[in-house]
Amino acid sequence: MSAITRDEVAHLARLSRLALADDELDHFAAQLDQIIESVARVREVAAGDIPPTSHALPLTNVFRPDEVRPGLAPDDALAAAPAVEEDRFRVPRILEEEA
Amino acid sequence: MTTPTLMPYDEALGRFEPVLGVETHVELGTASKMFCGCATTFGAAPNTQVCPVCLGLPGSLPVANAAAIEATIKIGLALNCSIAEWCRFARKNYFYPDMPKDFQISQYDEPLCFDGYLDVEVNGEVVRVGIERVHLEEDTGKSLHVGGATGRIHGADYSLVDYNRAGIPLVEIVTKPVEGTDRLAPEVARAYATELRELMRALGVSDVRMEEGSMRCDINVSLMPRGSSEWGTRTETKNVNSLRSIERAVRHEIERQAAILADGGTIIQETRHFHEDTGETTSGRSKEEAQDYRYFPEPDLVPIAPDRAWVEELRAGLPELPSVRRKRLRSEWGVSELDMQAMLNAGAVEPVEATIAAGATPADARKWWMGELARRANESGTPLAELAVTPAQVARVAALVAEGTLNDKLARQVLEGVLAGEGEPDEVVAARGLKIVGGDEELGAVIDQVIADNPDVADKIRSGKVAAAGALVGAVMKATRGQADAGRARELILEKLGAA
Repeated sequence: MSAITRDEVAHLARLSRLALADDELDHFAAQLDQIIESVARVREVAAGDIPPTSHALPLTNVFRPDEVRPGLAPDDALAAAPAVEEDRFRVPRILEEEA
Repeated sequence: MTTPTLMPYDEALGRFEPVLGVETHVELGTASKMFCGCATTFGAAPNTQVCPVCLGLPGSLPVANAAAIEATIKIGLALNCSIAEWCRFARKNYFYPDMPKDFQISQYDEPLCFDGYLDVEVNGEVVRVGIERVHLEEDTGKSLHVGGATGRIHGADYSLVDYNRAGIPLVEIVTKPVEGTDRLAPEVARAYATELRELMRALGVSDVRMEEGSMRCDINVSLMPRGSSEWGTRTETKNVNSLRSIERAVRHEIERQAAILADGGTIIQETRHFHEDTGETTSGRSKEEAQDYRYFPEPDLVPIAPDRAWVEELRAGLPELPSVRRKRLRSEWGVSELDMQAMLNAGAVEPVEATIAAGATPADARKWWMGELARRANESGTPLAELAVTPAQVARVAALVAEGTLNDKLARQVLEGVLAGEGEPDEVVAARGLKIVGGDEELGAVIDQVIADNPDVADKIRSGKVAAAGALVGAVMKATRGQADAGRARELILEKLGAA
């Protein structure tokens, strides 16, 4: 039985804004299935008393003082923008969602 | 936009019970952003407070702002929350250009503070609002929608984004579902937001200006039929930008949902938008499921494990909380909760407190700030605390009245002079010649003249019609151009006419 269904792949594709064709969905569903199964092998060695790792370093509480530091000049900040208008990043219209 | 069908409020409440929830976002007043050193000044030119970290440029790494962590713990403690022993930030993934990284750093299942409460007072009764969680995240950028109608997304051709606000520390405070408010649900929601705002001010963690968006509320409302204990489907109303709007939005949602349910319809779980102009809400997007955000622990930030001794130090250093302070002042000043609320709404509590500290009685301090000065503040559209008069000056005016140098009418003229920049109260008194016509001798001479000028009235008083004295007092005040002590004038008149 597969670890991920074709419908779930279609849903993920929608969330990721990827337009996948039907045959691509089948293709990626099979690939993702393999990946999930490989990763799931960790379960075979991980006992219940081992918490999942989220960070490789055993550090906590790394903070910076609340001090203002210079950022980018507006021209530099906007330099990589695909389009600029009125010193703002210009982006295509957003459908179906409201801020 | 079609006008939704509403059920009259009383009828709606007769059939359904509301369950309320409030999510509040508070922008912290730190000097720099949450994860980088960019400034946080409101109203700066677009994209002038940005850097590689808050623009999500490759190779940049976030580091948490210590002051923001501290402020969040203080908020949690003031809201009677437990403080996490260990917690992490999480990535909330979504494709929306208000975050250049395509994710927002937030907290998911491990909030910094959890399980507290805030007591609020509505109509003299205390309602305990449970707090589910207080977590820390970063604010998003601001989008300007171009084309289409009224700057809204629908019909827009494209959007322009300013990332100055992206990355400003944002605290999210979520209540537990509030049941049993019955018909007071709108008032409870408003009282909660008011109390929360006062609390943030007292803690000094945010300027909490709703009109500038540094405090924003989302309102959750659901209805259940009377007698049922099973909650209905809720809606979440956004864009609620004033205390009054909170009250209106809750009321509107109750009336709208009741009409749908009574008609056999179902409520869709969705985000709705409040419109200030009509007081109505309209449908936004269907609410995403948490799993759609694909939360995962933020790998670029290490966990937070607040030291217990530090937490206790912060707890010990909390200022007197607003509700406790109001209670104390109420008893010290001998005023009702209603009077206290009126002073709060007028922004008079601090000035009155300072005026009392400068020597005035509570009654006098309140009288001048809530009377003459409130009127003048209102007329000129100035916040009370920003009037050009100090508490010490008000206390001096009150003292001049108490010692008999001024009466209320003259005192108002002195305040007018102080507000007009004519100097200290004593200087205004001297410069304008505003002294009560002094001792009994001086006043007595004026009274003798008035009695001589009004023999008929004087006779009436002699024959026992004491009430007629008012006419003579009026004449004395006129003769002294208002600069007499009316009470003393009356006493002297009655004495002279043998009616005392």
